[in-house]
Amino acid sequence: MPFHKMKKIISLILAATPLLTFAQTEEFSVTGNAEAIFQYLNKDTLIGANQPAEKALLNSYMNVFMRYKNFKGGMRLESYLPRIQGYPNRFDGTGLGMRYVGYENDFVDVTLGSFYEQFGSGMILRTYEDRALGYDNFLDGLRIILRPKEGILLKGVYGKQRLSFEDGKIVHSQGIVRGADAELHLNSVLKPLKDKKLDVSVGASFVSKYQKDDRDDLILPENVGAYGGRLNMRYKMFTLDGEYIIREQDPSVDNGYIYNFGHAALINFGYSRKGLGITLSAKSVDNMSFRSDRNKQLQDVFINYLPALNKTHTYNLVATLYPYATQPLGEIAYQAEVLYTIKRKTKLGGKYGVTLNANYSCAYRPNQTNINPGDSSRVVYTTKPYDMSDSLYWQDINFSIYKKFSKNFNLKLNYFNITLNNDVAKVTGDAHGLIKSHIGVAEMGYKINRKHSLRAELQGLFVEKYHGQINDKGNWGTVILEYSISPKWFFSIMDQYNYGNPTPSKRIHYIYGSFGYIKESTRITIGYGRQRAGLFCVGGVCRFVPASNGLTVSFTQSF
Amino acid sequence: MKKVVFLFIGLVFSFSLSAQEHGAETKKIPSVQLKDMEGNPVNTAELGIDGPIIVSFWATWCSPCKRELNTIHELYPDWQDETGVTLVAVSIDDEKTKRGVPLYVNGKGWEYVVLMDPNGDFKRAMGVNNVPHTFLVDKEGNIVYSHNNFAPGDEEELYEHLLKVVGKE
Repeated sequence: MPFHKMKKIISLILAATPLLTFAQTEEFSVTGNAEAIFQYLNKDTLIGANQPAEKALLNSYMNVFMRYKNFKGGMRLESYLPRIQGYPNRFDGTGLGMRYVGYENDFVDVTLGSFYEQFGSGMILRTYEDRALGYDNFLDGLRIILRPKEGILLKGVYGKQRLSFEDGKIVHSQGIVRGADAELHLNSVLKPLKDKKLDVSVGASFVSKYQKDDRDDLILPENVGAYGGRLNMRYKMFTLDGEYIIREQDPSVDNGYIYNFGHAALINFGYSRKGLGITLSAKSVDNMSFRSDRNKQLQDVFINYLPALNKTHTYNLVATLYPYATQPLGEIAYQAEVLYTIKRKTKLGGKYGVTLNANYSCAYRPNQTNINPGDSSRVVYTTKPYDMSDSLYWQDINFSIYKKFSKNFNLKLNYFNITLNNDVAKVTGDAHGLIKSHIGVAEMGYKINRKHSLRAELQGLFVEKYHGQINDKGNWGTVILEYSISPKWFFSIMDQYNYGNPTPSKRIHYIYGSFGYIKESTRITIGYGRQRAGLFCVGGVCRFVPASNGLTVSFTQSF
Repeated sequence: MKKVVFLFIGLVFSFSLSAQEHGAETKKIPSVQLKDMEGNPVNTAELGIDGPIIVSFWATWCSPCKRELNTIHELYPDWQDETGVTLVAVSIDDEKTKRGVPLYVNGKGWEYVVLMDPNGDFKRAMGVNNVPHTFLVDKEGNIVYSHNNFAPGDEEELYEHLLKVVGKE
């Protein structure tokens, strides 16, 4: 190589070096995470746990998100070799499960590929991933977000939803989804409202899906639209939010191919100041299952998300035996919650204060008047928003009190009264009608010294008899002990005892032990034992997890 | 062609050098558009906070998260005086439980900056698998420590890292 050429190259490299050094530190970034869950399962006929042919199962994931100046890109590789228990059984193989590229500045944000989006409260459109449920309904296509002026936000989306992951590839839903959303913060946009104490924003959404008519006997609407508006107001400590969505005729497997319109309405009121919080919510839903494929059921390809109006419980017996999810075909639901902290250094509050929490939620069947019996319109009933019948789907009344007694000891007492209509919101094959349960939980924390601490939970669930017979699986008791050594180790043991089962041979102890090691953002947990079948729910979406007996190892890493 | 190859090797070389120089902890807070509890827009990369920041991902349904934030709540006035730290509590509650966030935050009297991440955009961008996940960010905006758990005593470990960040150790 001639010297002058060499020199040129060297100078090029030298010129590029500072640029790149700068890029690495200031403008180039990579973030992401990895997760792997391994199971080795034994056969356990007593609890109905099966051993899969492969004996061992493995789910693994890695997300990588990159950013360079205004450019962004990301992907998720996922792998099911084969999938762990309770996951959709069609998931299989290794490959790209999500990927996108994009460009973003203060004015525009454009994405091509997979994206997660939510319009308003999500009742018209929400795409999201919930790994724990094996749920991912992202849209694959184009999204443009514009911020033309302070207080104005415009969004447009166009794509096909992820339905499944088979043979290492994304499988899309049949239908195409199109949508637009606009949000205005009035105090920013309208001068007279600037600096007013009343803060108002309004929004409007439109979403449409297209799917070919696949029936010979019906004339199905191929384009189905949904539209609605929302209002959010804040005045000092008060907030009032509302959203109303209408969906046009969308005959589907879910609704039995009826030609009714559907609606969803949600109103939230809130008040909070230091030491006190109050919320009241009211929801009305009718014929509002909205999927990008009219033939799908269960948790597949929902375009919208209908939040269940009840508290997300965390104690094992409360959360997984009788959970509730919104009935998309129709329900009227209410919720009220109060949280109050008695000040510290008062007679009742003691040295550290006492926290009281009360929560009430209920859901009822809407009042429907049957019309057009047997004619060809297939518009089969009329109903009005918030017009409810006295047919109960769900009711939850619960209280809790938390007190820290000393630097080393705290106690939380909880009572839950849950009624679930198993004929409508079916959670078990062993029960009839209304399941009425009372659950008590005592949780104690004891700090032994600076690094060592102990936590215990005692839980009891009591099911009322149904026509003199033990309902469902009867009563349960649970004990959990957890010992942790900060910041790296924890050990826990749980015993769930179905002592009230009507069948004596099924009065079984489900014992599960686990320990974990945490180093900064790496987390490894190993567990072994019996786990009962149950409904695992996140945000009102549930998946059934069968009973199992065996080893579970999980690994997570963030970077 | 050769020239291009040389240039490429040079680039990779300088790239890896600079990467080594700065180590693994040059991760910064990515830019995501969120809203605070009052509904005001917030860009996570431009929080406008002086001093170190603790970013803690939590949810109203996550007991260890609440234990962590309630534990720090009692220590927070001292931590603020000694280190000038600001805690940013990022709620990943979705529409089902989101309305419970101001109820809990105010009911407990937290004085944190609270951001709402109802569809998990910031959670994803920060590489968070599950909550609680807490990050410590130094004055220059570098993420210097993170911890994906909470057990009593972890707050003291966090505090030691915080002291290191402000050079008080």
